[in-house]
Amino acid sequence: MLSNIRSIWEAFKHAFSPRDTVQYPEEKPYLPPRWRGRIILSRDPDGGERCVACYLCAVACPVDCISLQATEDENNRRYPEFFRINFSRCIFCGYCEDACPTYAIQLIPDFEMSEYNRQNLVYEKEDLLIQGEGKYHGYNFYKVAGLKIGGKDKGEAENEEKPINLKSLIP
Amino acid sequence: MADIIIKVIIILGILIVMLTIAAGLIYVERRLLALWQDRYGPNRVGPFGLLQVLADTIKILMKEDWVPSFADKPVYIIAPTIVMISVLMTFAVIPFAPSIFVSDMNVGLLFFLAMSSLGAYSVVLAGWSSNNKYSLLGALRGSAQMITYEVFMGLSLMGIVMLNGTLSLGGIVEAQTGIWNVIPQFVGFVVFLIAGVAETHRLPFDIPEAESELVAGFHSEYSGMKFGMFFVGEYLGITLISALIVTFYFGGWLGFDFLPPYIWFILKMFVFIGFFILLRASLPRPRYDQLMEYGWKFLLPLVLLNLLVTGAIVLAS
Repeated sequence: MLSNIRSIWEAFKHAFSPRDTVQYPEEKPYLPPRWRGRIILSRDPDGGERCVACYLCAVACPVDCISLQATEDENNRRYPEFFRINFSRCIFCGYCEDACPTYAIQLIPDFEMSEYNRQNLVYEKEDLLIQGEGKYHGYNFYKVAGLKIGGKDKGEAENEEKPINLKSLIP
Repeated sequence: MADIIIKVIIILGILIVMLTIAAGLIYVERRLLALWQDRYGPNRVGPFGLLQVLADTIKILMKEDWVPSFADKPVYIIAPTIVMISVLMTFAVIPFAPSIFVSDMNVGLLFFLAMSSLGAYSVVLAGWSSNNKYSLLGALRGSAQMITYEVFMGLSLMGIVMLNGTLSLGGIVEAQTGIWNVIPQFVGFVVFLIAGVAETHRLPFDIPEAESELVAGFHSEYSGMKFGMFFVGEYLGITLISALIVTFYFGGWLGFDFLPPYIWFILKMFVFIGFFILLRASLPRPRYDQLMEYGWKFLLPLVLLNLLVTGAIVLAS
Protein backbone atom coordinates (compact mmCIF):
# COMPACT_ATOMS: atom_id res chain seq x y z
CA MET A 1 0.00 0.00 0.00
CA LEU A 2 2.78 2.42 0.94
CA SER A 3 4.72 1.53 -2.18
CA ASN A 4 1.61 2.37 -4.22
CA ILE A 5 1.38 5.80 -2.61
CA ARG A 6 5.07 6.28 -3.24
CA SER A 7 4.71 5.41 -6.93
CA ILE A 8 1.78 7.83 -7.24
CA TRP A 9 4.00 10.51 -5.72
CA GLU A 10 6.89 9.62 -8.03
CA ALA A 11 4.59 9.92 -11.06
CA PHE A 12 3.28 13.25 -9.77
CA LYS A 13 6.81 14.64 -9.48
CA HIS A 14 7.19 14.16 -13.21
CA ALA A 15 4.83 17.10 -13.66
CA PHE A 16 7.79 19.34 -12.89
CA SER A 17 10.44 17.61 -14.94
CA PRO A 18 11.24 18.67 -18.51
CA ARG A 19 9.52 16.83 -21.33
CA ASP A 20 11.46 14.49 -23.56
CA THR A 21 9.48 15.14 -26.72
CA VAL A 22 11.28 16.87 -29.60
CA GLN A 23 8.65 19.09 -31.24
CA TYR A 24 9.74 17.98 -34.67
CA PRO A 25 8.75 20.40 -37.40
CA GLU A 26 9.66 23.41 -35.27
CA GLU A 27 12.61 21.81 -33.54
CA LYS A 28 14.92 19.76 -35.74
CA PRO A 29 16.96 16.95 -34.28
CA TYR A 30 20.75 16.91 -34.75
CA LEU A 31 21.78 14.47 -37.46
CA PRO A 32 25.43 13.32 -37.50
CA PRO A 33 27.29 13.79 -40.82
CA ARG A 34 27.36 10.05 -41.42
CA TRP A 35 23.62 9.68 -40.86
CA ARG A 36 22.07 7.48 -43.55
CA GLY A 37 19.34 9.47 -45.25
CA ARG A 38 18.52 10.53 -48.80
CA ILE A 39 20.85 9.13 -51.49
CA ILE A 40 22.72 11.46 -53.82
CA LEU A 41 25.20 11.09 -56.68
CA SER A 42 28.26 13.30 -56.31
CA ARG A 43 30.64 14.87 -58.81
CA ASP A 44 34.42 14.89 -58.89
CA PRO A 45 36.40 18.10 -58.24
CA ASP A 46 36.37 18.91 -61.98
CA GLY A 47 32.58 18.72 -62.15
CA GLY A 48 32.36 15.37 -63.95
CA GLU A 49 30.13 12.60 -62.77
CA ARG A 50 31.89 10.26 -60.37
CA CYS A 51 29.63 7.33 -61.18
CA VAL A 52 31.24 4.86 -63.55
CA ALA A 53 28.10 2.70 -63.86
CA CYS A 54 29.75 -0.43 -62.47
CA TYR A 55 26.39 -1.75 -61.15
CA LEU A 56 27.93 -2.65 -57.78
CA CYS A 57 25.40 -0.54 -55.91
CA ALA A 58 22.52 -2.17 -57.74
CA VAL A 59 23.97 -5.60 -56.88
CA ALA A 60 24.55 -4.70 -53.24
CA CYS A 61 21.08 -3.27 -52.80
CA PRO A 62 19.06 -5.78 -50.73
CA VAL A 63 15.71 -4.47 -51.94
CA ASP A 64 16.69 -3.90 -55.58
CA CYS A 65 15.66 -0.27 -55.56
CA ILE A 66 18.53 0.97 -57.78
CA SER A 67 18.42 0.57 -61.52
CA LEU A 68 20.84 2.02 -64.03
CA GLN A 69 22.17 1.57 -67.54
CA ALA A 70 25.87 2.00 -68.34
CA THR A 71 27.11 3.81 -71.42
CA GLU A 72 30.30 5.53 -72.61
CA ASP A 73 30.93 9.03 -73.79
CA GLU A 74 33.24 10.14 -76.64
CA ASN A 75 36.26 9.97 -74.28
CA ASN A 76 35.48 6.36 -73.37
CA ARG A 77 34.45 7.43 -69.89
CA ARG A 78 31.76 5.16 -68.49
CA TYR A 79 28.75 6.89 -67.05
CA PRO A 80 25.14 5.88 -66.34
CA GLU A 81 22.73 6.59 -69.13
CA PHE A 82 19.97 6.63 -66.55
CA PHE A 83 20.17 6.15 -62.84
CA ARG A 84 16.95 5.55 -60.96
CA ILE A 85 16.38 5.01 -57.23
CA ASN A 86 12.95 4.02 -56.04
CA PHE A 87 12.84 5.53 -52.55
CA SER A 88 9.57 3.84 -51.75
CA ARG A 89 11.56 0.62 -51.61
CA CYS A 90 14.85 1.96 -50.26
CA ILE A 91 15.61 0.88 -46.67
CA PHE A 92 18.52 3.31 -46.23
CA CYS A 93 20.93 0.52 -45.31
CA GLY A 94 23.89 2.27 -46.94
CA TYR A 95 25.20 -0.87 -48.68
CA CYS A 96 25.29 1.00 -51.98
CA GLU A 97 27.59 3.60 -50.45
CA ASP A 98 29.81 0.82 -49.10
CA ALA A 99 29.92 -0.93 -52.44
CA CYS A 100 30.68 2.15 -54.52
CA PRO A 101 34.32 2.13 -55.70
CA THR A 102 34.33 5.80 -56.69
CA TYR A 103 32.54 7.54 -53.77
CA ALA A 104 29.85 8.48 -56.27
CA ILE A 105 26.77 7.29 -54.39
CA GLN A 106 26.44 8.74 -50.91
CA LEU A 107 23.83 8.90 -48.17
CA ILE A 108 23.31 12.32 -46.61
CA PRO A 109 21.62 13.47 -43.39
CA ASP A 110 18.25 14.38 -44.87
CA PHE A 111 15.06 12.42 -44.42
CA GLU A 112 12.33 14.92 -45.27
CA MET A 113 11.20 13.43 -48.55
CA SER A 114 7.52 12.71 -47.99
CA GLU A 115 5.26 12.71 -51.04
CA TYR A 116 1.53 12.47 -51.57
CA ASN A 117 2.02 10.41 -54.71
CA ARG A 118 4.04 7.21 -54.55
CA GLN A 119 5.36 7.74 -58.04
CA ASN A 120 7.08 10.92 -56.90
CA LEU A 121 9.41 8.85 -54.75
CA VAL A 122 11.14 7.49 -57.84
CA TYR A 123 14.19 9.73 -58.25
CA GLU A 124 15.86 10.03 -61.64
CA LYS A 125 19.50 10.85 -62.26
CA GLU A 126 18.89 14.59 -62.47
CA ASP A 127 17.19 14.47 -59.06
CA LEU A 128 20.04 12.51 -57.54
CA LEU A 129 23.03 14.30 -59.03
CA ILE A 130 24.38 17.18 -56.93
CA GLN A 131 26.85 19.88 -57.92
CA GLY A 132 29.42 19.20 -55.16
CA GLU A 133 31.62 16.38 -53.98
CA GLY A 134 29.60 15.24 -50.99
CA LYS A 135 31.45 13.79 -48.04
CA TYR A 136 34.72 12.91 -49.84
CA HIS A 137 36.64 15.89 -51.14
CA GLY A 138 39.31 15.91 -53.81
CA TYR A 139 38.77 12.42 -55.14
CA ASN A 140 38.67 11.91 -58.86
CA PHE A 141 38.52 8.32 -60.04
CA TYR A 142 39.88 8.85 -63.53
CA LYS A 143 42.82 10.86 -62.15
CA VAL A 144 44.02 7.92 -60.05
CA ALA A 145 42.90 4.93 -62.10
CA GLY A 146 45.19 3.37 -64.66
CA LEU A 147 42.47 3.36 -67.26
CA LYS A 148 43.01 4.94 -70.63
CA ILE A 149 40.45 7.54 -71.53
CA GLY A 150 40.36 10.39 -73.97
CA GLY A 151 42.88 13.04 -72.91
CA LYS A 152 44.74 10.71 -70.54
CA ASP A 153 46.88 7.83 -71.71
CA LYS A 154 48.10 4.89 -69.67
CA GLY A 155 50.71 5.89 -67.10
CA GLU A 156 49.57 9.47 -66.88
CA ALA A 157 47.49 9.07 -63.71
CA GLU A 158 48.63 10.40 -60.35
CA ASN A 159 51.33 8.25 -58.68
CA GLU A 160 51.41 6.01 -61.73
CA GLU A 161 54.58 4.99 -63.55
CA LYS A 162 54.89 4.78 -67.31
CA PRO A 163 53.90 1.37 -68.66
CA ILE A 164 56.74 -1.06 -69.30
CA ASN A 165 57.14 -2.43 -72.79
CA LEU A 166 57.14 -6.17 -72.09
CA LYS A 167 58.50 -7.01 -75.54
CA SER A 168 61.63 -4.87 -75.22
CA LEU A 169 64.86 -5.82 -73.43
CA ILE A 170 66.02 -2.22 -73.05
CA PRO A 171 65.71 -1.11 -69.40
CA MET B 1 -44.91 27.71 -14.15
CA ALA B 2 -41.81 29.83 -13.59
CA ASP B 3 -40.53 27.16 -11.22
CA ILE B 4 -40.77 24.53 -13.92
CA ILE B 5 -38.99 26.71 -16.45
CA ILE B 6 -36.16 27.37 -13.99
CA LYS B 7 -35.91 23.65 -13.25
CA VAL B 8 -35.79 22.80 -16.95
CA ILE B 9 -33.04 25.37 -17.45
CA ILE B 10 -31.08 23.88 -14.54
CA ILE B 11 -31.55 20.36 -15.87
CA LEU B 12 -30.41 21.37 -19.36
CA GLY B 13 -27.52 23.35 -17.91
CA ILE B 14 -26.28 20.45 -15.79
CA LEU B 15 -26.73 18.03 -18.68
CA ILE B 16 -24.80 20.21 -21.13
CA VAL B 17 -22.06 21.11 -18.66
CA MET B 18 -21.55 17.51 -17.58
CA LEU B 19 -21.48 16.14 -21.13
CA THR B 20 -19.05 18.89 -22.12
CA ILE B 21 -16.82 18.13 -19.15
CA ALA B 22 -16.94 14.41 -19.96
CA ALA B 23 -15.99 15.02 -23.58
CA GLY B 24 -13.35 17.55 -22.59
CA LEU B 25 -11.89 15.03 -20.17
CA ILE B 26 -10.71 12.98 -23.15
CA TYR B 27 -8.41 15.88 -23.99
CA VAL B 28 -7.58 16.64 -20.33
CA GLU B 29 -6.67 13.04 -19.66
CA ARG B 30 -4.38 12.80 -22.65
CA ARG B 31 -2.63 16.04 -21.77
CA LEU B 32 -2.26 15.18 -18.08
CA LEU B 33 -1.06 11.64 -18.78
CA ALA B 34 1.46 13.11 -21.16
CA LEU B 35 2.56 15.61 -18.52
CA TRP B 36 3.25 12.82 -16.04
CA GLN B 37 5.00 10.75 -18.66
CA ASP B 38 7.21 13.66 -19.79
CA ARG B 39 5.45 14.00 -23.14
CA TYR B 40 3.25 16.73 -24.64
CA GLY B 41 0.14 14.87 -25.70
CA PRO B 42 -2.19 16.32 -28.36
CA ASN B 43 -1.02 19.90 -28.97
CA ARG B 44 -1.43 20.31 -32.74
CA VAL B 45 -5.14 20.74 -33.43
CA GLY B 46 -6.13 24.28 -32.54
CA PRO B 47 -4.66 26.30 -29.65
CA PHE B 48 -2.96 23.90 -27.20
CA GLY B 49 -4.63 21.07 -29.12
CA LEU B 50 -8.02 22.00 -27.69
CA LEU B 51 -9.83 21.19 -30.93
CA GLN B 52 -8.62 17.59 -30.58
CA VAL B 53 -11.91 16.87 -28.81
CA LEU B 54 -13.83 18.11 -31.83
CA ALA B 55 -11.64 16.15 -34.21
CA ASP B 56 -12.10 12.98 -32.15
CA THR B 57 -15.86 13.49 -32.04
CA ILE B 58 -16.09 14.01 -35.79
CA LYS B 59 -13.94 10.94 -36.35
CA ILE B 60 -16.00 8.71 -34.08
CA LEU B 61 -19.27 9.94 -35.62
CA MET B 62 -17.99 9.21 -39.12
CA LYS B 63 -16.97 5.66 -38.23
CA GLU B 64 -18.98 2.76 -39.51
CA ASP B 65 -21.49 1.75 -36.86
CA TRP B 66 -21.26 -1.96 -37.30
CA VAL B 67 -23.42 -4.46 -35.44
CA PRO B 68 -21.95 -7.96 -35.59
CA SER B 69 -24.23 -10.49 -37.25
CA PHE B 70 -23.77 -12.89 -34.33
CA ALA B 71 -24.78 -10.31 -31.71
CA ASP B 72 -28.05 -10.19 -29.81
CA LYS B 73 -29.12 -7.01 -31.56
CA PRO B 74 -31.65 -5.26 -29.27
CA VAL B 75 -29.56 -5.88 -26.15
CA TYR B 76 -26.40 -4.96 -28.01
CA ILE B 77 -27.87 -1.60 -28.96
CA ILE B 78 -29.40 -0.85 -25.55
CA ALA B 79 -26.30 -1.71 -23.47
CA PRO B 80 -24.25 1.45 -24.16
CA THR B 81 -27.16 3.71 -23.33
CA ILE B 82 -27.63 2.17 -19.88
CA VAL B 83 -24.26 3.39 -18.64
CA MET B 84 -24.96 6.92 -19.87
CA ILE B 85 -28.48 7.01 -18.44
CA SER B 86 -27.58 5.60 -15.04
CA VAL B 87 -24.67 8.00 -14.60
CA LEU B 88 -26.59 11.03 -15.85
CA MET B 89 -29.50 10.15 -13.54
CA THR B 90 -27.18 10.31 -10.56
CA PHE B 91 -26.22 13.88 -11.42
CA ALA B 92 -29.83 14.76 -10.61
CA VAL B 93 -29.24 14.41 -6.88
CA ILE B 94 -25.89 16.23 -6.69
CA PRO B 95 -26.09 19.77 -5.27
CA PHE B 96 -23.65 21.88 -7.30
CA ALA B 97 -24.50 25.02 -5.35
CA PRO B 98 -27.13 25.95 -2.74
CA SER B 99 -29.72 26.48 -5.48
CA ILE B 100 -28.29 24.53 -8.41
CA PHE B 101 -29.58 20.98 -8.18
CA VAL B 102 -32.24 19.01 -9.99
CA SER B 103 -33.76 17.22 -7.03
CA ASP B 104 -32.63 17.19 -3.40
CA MET B 105 -34.46 14.02 -2.54
CA ASN B 106 -34.21 12.79 1.02
CA VAL B 107 -32.75 9.44 -0.05
CA GLY B 108 -30.25 10.91 -2.53
CA LEU B 109 -27.42 8.69 -1.30
CA LEU B 110 -29.49 5.53 -1.75
CA PHE B 111 -30.52 6.76 -5.19
CA PHE B 112 -26.86 7.08 -6.17
CA LEU B 113 -26.09 3.55 -4.93
CA ALA B 114 -29.08 2.19 -6.86
CA MET B 115 -28.05 3.96 -10.04
CA SER B 116 -24.44 2.82 -9.82
CA SER B 117 -25.70 -0.75 -9.44
CA LEU B 118 -27.75 -0.29 -12.59
CA GLY B 119 -24.58 0.78 -14.35
CA ALA B 120 -23.27 -2.76 -13.89
CA TYR B 121 -26.00 -3.98 -16.25
CA SER B 122 -24.39 -2.03 -19.06
CA VAL B 123 -21.20 -4.05 -18.70
CA VAL B 124 -22.94 -7.37 -18.30
CA LEU B 125 -25.38 -6.90 -21.17
CA ALA B 126 -22.71 -5.50 -23.51
CA GLY B 127 -20.46 -8.48 -22.84
CA TRP B 128 -23.26 -11.02 -23.12
CA SER B 129 -24.89 -9.67 -26.26
CA SER B 130 -21.57 -9.32 -28.11
CA ASN B 131 -21.44 -13.15 -28.23
CA ASN B 132 -17.68 -13.06 -28.03
CA LYS B 133 -15.60 -14.93 -25.48
CA TYR B 134 -13.39 -11.99 -24.59
CA SER B 135 -16.40 -9.73 -24.15
CA LEU B 136 -18.08 -12.32 -21.98
CA LEU B 137 -14.98 -12.76 -19.82
CA GLY B 138 -14.79 -8.99 -19.45
CA ALA B 139 -18.45 -8.83 -18.51
CA LEU B 140 -18.07 -11.61 -15.93
CA ARG B 141 -15.13 -9.87 -14.37
CA GLY B 142 -16.91 -6.54 -14.53
CA SER B 143 -20.03 -7.79 -12.80
CA ALA B 144 -18.05 -9.60 -10.07
CA GLN B 145 -15.90 -6.52 -9.50
CA MET B 146 -18.83 -4.14 -9.40
CA ILE B 147 -20.81 -6.29 -6.98
CA THR B 148 -17.78 -6.61 -4.73
CA TYR B 149 -17.00 -2.94 -4.67
CA GLU B 150 -20.63 -1.92 -4.40
CA VAL B 151 -20.77 -3.64 -1.01
CA PHE B 152 -18.24 -1.52 0.75
CA MET B 153 -18.88 1.57 -1.32
CA GLY B 154 -22.25 1.59 0.42
CA LEU B 155 -20.75 0.64 3.77
CA SER B 156 -18.10 3.35 3.60
CA LEU B 157 -20.83 5.95 3.12
CA MET B 158 -22.77 4.73 6.15
CA GLY B 159 -20.22 6.41 8.42
CA ILE B 160 -21.18 9.77 6.91
CA VAL B 161 -24.86 8.99 7.23
CA MET B 162 -24.36 8.23 10.90
CA LEU B 163 -22.32 11.37 11.55
CA ASN B 164 -24.50 13.76 9.58
CA GLY B 165 -27.78 12.04 10.25
CA THR B 166 -29.17 12.42 6.73
CA LEU B 167 -29.29 10.59 3.40
CA SER B 168 -29.91 13.74 1.42
CA LEU B 169 -26.86 15.06 -0.40
CA GLY B 170 -27.78 18.67 0.22
CA GLY B 171 -28.16 17.86 3.90
CA ILE B 172 -24.76 16.17 3.98
CA VAL B 173 -23.11 19.24 2.46
CA GLU B 174 -24.80 21.57 4.94
CA ALA B 175 -23.79 19.33 7.84
CA GLN B 176 -20.15 19.87 6.87
CA THR B 177 -20.17 23.61 7.52
CA GLY B 178 -18.05 23.21 10.67
CA ILE B 179 -15.67 20.44 9.64
CA TRP B 180 -15.35 18.51 6.39
CA ASN B 181 -16.23 14.85 6.63
CA VAL B 182 -12.82 13.84 5.37
CA ILE B 183 -11.28 14.48 8.80
CA PRO B 184 -13.54 12.34 11.02
CA GLN B 185 -14.15 9.84 8.20
CA PHE B 186 -10.69 9.51 6.64
CA VAL B 187 -10.82 5.70 6.40
CA GLY B 188 -14.25 5.93 4.82
CA PHE B 189 -12.90 8.46 2.32
CA VAL B 190 -10.01 6.22 1.28
CA VAL B 191 -12.29 3.22 0.88
CA PHE B 192 -14.85 5.22 -1.06
CA LEU B 193 -12.12 6.54 -3.35
CA ILE B 194 -10.83 3.04 -4.07
CA ALA B 195 -14.35 1.71 -4.53
CA GLY B 196 -15.09 4.66 -6.82
CA VAL B 197 -12.13 3.81 -9.02
CA ALA B 198 -13.29 0.21 -9.17
CA GLU B 199 -16.88 1.27 -9.81
CA THR B 200 -15.94 3.34 -12.87
CA HIS B 201 -13.53 0.53 -13.84
CA ARG B 202 -10.69 2.94 -14.34
CA LEU B 203 -7.06 1.99 -14.12
CA PRO B 204 -5.67 0.40 -11.99
CA PHE B 205 -9.00 -1.46 -11.64
CA ASP B 206 -9.88 -1.62 -15.34
CA ILE B 207 -9.99 -5.40 -15.24
CA PRO B 208 -13.26 -5.72 -17.25
CA GLU B 209 -11.53 -4.14 -20.23
CA ALA B 210 -7.91 -5.09 -19.52
CA GLU B 211 -6.57 -4.53 -23.02
CA SER B 212 -3.47 -6.66 -22.52
CA GLU B 213 -5.58 -9.72 -21.76
CA LEU B 214 -9.08 -9.25 -23.17
CA VAL B 215 -8.66 -7.11 -26.32
CA ALA B 216 -11.02 -4.40 -24.99
CA GLY B 217 -13.09 -6.52 -22.63
CA PHE B 218 -16.83 -6.03 -22.68
CA HIS B 219 -16.78 -3.45 -25.49
CA SER B 220 -14.51 -5.36 -27.89
CA GLU B 221 -17.22 -5.64 -30.52
CA TYR B 222 -18.44 -2.05 -30.30
CA SER B 223 -17.53 0.55 -32.88
CA GLY B 224 -18.48 4.06 -33.88
CA MET B 225 -20.72 6.05 -31.59
CA LYS B 226 -21.76 3.00 -29.54
CA PHE B 227 -18.16 2.68 -28.48
CA GLY B 228 -18.17 6.44 -27.99
CA MET B 229 -21.06 6.05 -25.55
CA PHE B 230 -19.03 3.67 -23.39
CA PHE B 231 -16.11 6.05 -23.65
CA VAL B 232 -18.07 9.12 -22.65
CA GLY B 233 -19.89 7.02 -20.04
CA GLU B 234 -16.56 6.18 -18.46
CA TYR B 235 -15.56 9.84 -18.30
CA LEU B 236 -19.00 10.76 -16.98
CA GLY B 237 -18.42 8.12 -14.31
CA ILE B 238 -15.12 9.77 -13.33
CA THR B 239 -16.84 13.15 -13.13
CA LEU B 240 -19.63 11.63 -11.08
CA ILE B 241 -17.37 9.88 -8.59
CA SER B 242 -15.26 13.03 -8.24
CA ALA B 243 -18.39 15.11 -7.68
CA LEU B 244 -19.62 12.62 -5.08
CA ILE B 245 -16.28 12.54 -3.24
CA VAL B 246 -16.44 16.33 -3.08
CA THR B 247 -20.05 16.25 -1.88
CA PHE B 248 -19.57 13.54 0.72
CA TYR B 249 -16.14 14.31 2.10
CA PHE B 250 -14.89 17.73 1.00
CA GLY B 251 -17.80 19.97 1.82
CA GLY B 252 -19.40 20.15 -1.62
CA TRP B 253 -19.97 23.79 -2.56
CA LEU B 254 -18.73 25.07 0.80
CA GLY B 255 -15.77 27.38 0.48
CA PHE B 256 -14.55 30.89 1.11
CA ASP B 257 -16.62 33.85 0.00
CA PHE B 258 -14.40 35.29 -2.71
CA LEU B 259 -15.57 32.68 -5.22
CA PRO B 260 -19.17 31.60 -5.85
CA PRO B 261 -20.14 28.14 -4.49
CA TYR B 262 -20.39 26.38 -7.84
CA ILE B 263 -16.85 27.45 -8.72
CA TRP B 264 -15.64 25.87 -5.48
CA PHE B 265 -17.50 22.70 -6.37
CA ILE B 266 -16.03 22.51 -9.85
CA LEU B 267 -12.51 23.29 -8.59
CA LYS B 268 -12.61 20.55 -5.97
CA MET B 269 -14.11 18.18 -8.52
CA PHE B 270 -11.28 18.79 -10.95
CA VAL B 271 -8.69 18.08 -8.27
CA PHE B 272 -10.15 14.59 -7.94
CA ILE B 273 -10.49 14.12 -11.68
CA GLY B 274 -6.80 14.94 -11.88
CA PHE B 275 -6.13 12.41 -9.14
CA PHE B 276 -8.00 9.73 -11.11
CA ILE B 277 -5.78 10.42 -14.09
CA LEU B 278 -2.69 10.41 -11.86
CA LEU B 279 -3.71 6.95 -10.66
CA ARG B 280 -3.81 5.82 -14.26
CA ALA B 281 -0.38 7.32 -14.89
CA SER B 282 1.26 5.63 -11.94
CA LEU B 283 -0.27 2.30 -10.91
CA PRO B 284 -0.15 -1.05 -12.72
CA ARG B 285 -3.20 -3.27 -13.03
CA PRO B 286 -3.52 -5.96 -10.33
CA ARG B 287 -4.37 -9.53 -11.17
CA TYR B 288 -8.05 -10.41 -11.01
CA ASP B 289 -7.82 -12.61 -7.90
CA GLN B 290 -5.67 -9.97 -6.19
CA LEU B 291 -8.41 -7.44 -6.82
CA MET B 292 -11.07 -9.67 -5.29
CA GLU B 293 -8.87 -10.61 -2.36
CA TYR B 294 -8.04 -6.98 -1.74
CA GLY B 295 -11.72 -6.15 -1.74
CA TRP B 296 -13.10 -8.92 0.45
CA LYS B 297 -10.20 -9.59 2.80
CA PHE B 298 -8.80 -6.10 3.35
CA LEU B 299 -11.25 -3.35 2.46
CA LEU B 300 -14.38 -5.00 3.81
CA PRO B 301 -13.00 -5.63 7.34
CA LEU B 302 -11.50 -2.14 7.28
CA VAL B 303 -14.79 -0.49 6.41
CA LEU B 304 -16.68 -2.57 8.95
CA LEU B 305 -14.19 -1.50 11.62
CA ASN B 306 -14.65 2.10 10.55
CA LEU B 307 -18.40 1.66 10.82
CA LEU B 308 -18.04 0.16 14.30
CA VAL B 309 -15.80 2.94 15.59
CA THR B 310 -17.95 5.67 14.07
CA GLY B 311 -21.06 4.08 15.54
CA ALA B 312 -19.43 3.92 18.98
CA ILE B 313 -18.39 7.56 18.81
CA VAL B 314 -21.80 8.69 17.61
CA LEU B 315 -23.44 6.74 20.43
CA ALA B 316 -21.05 8.07 23.06
CA SER B 317 -21.42 11.72 22.14
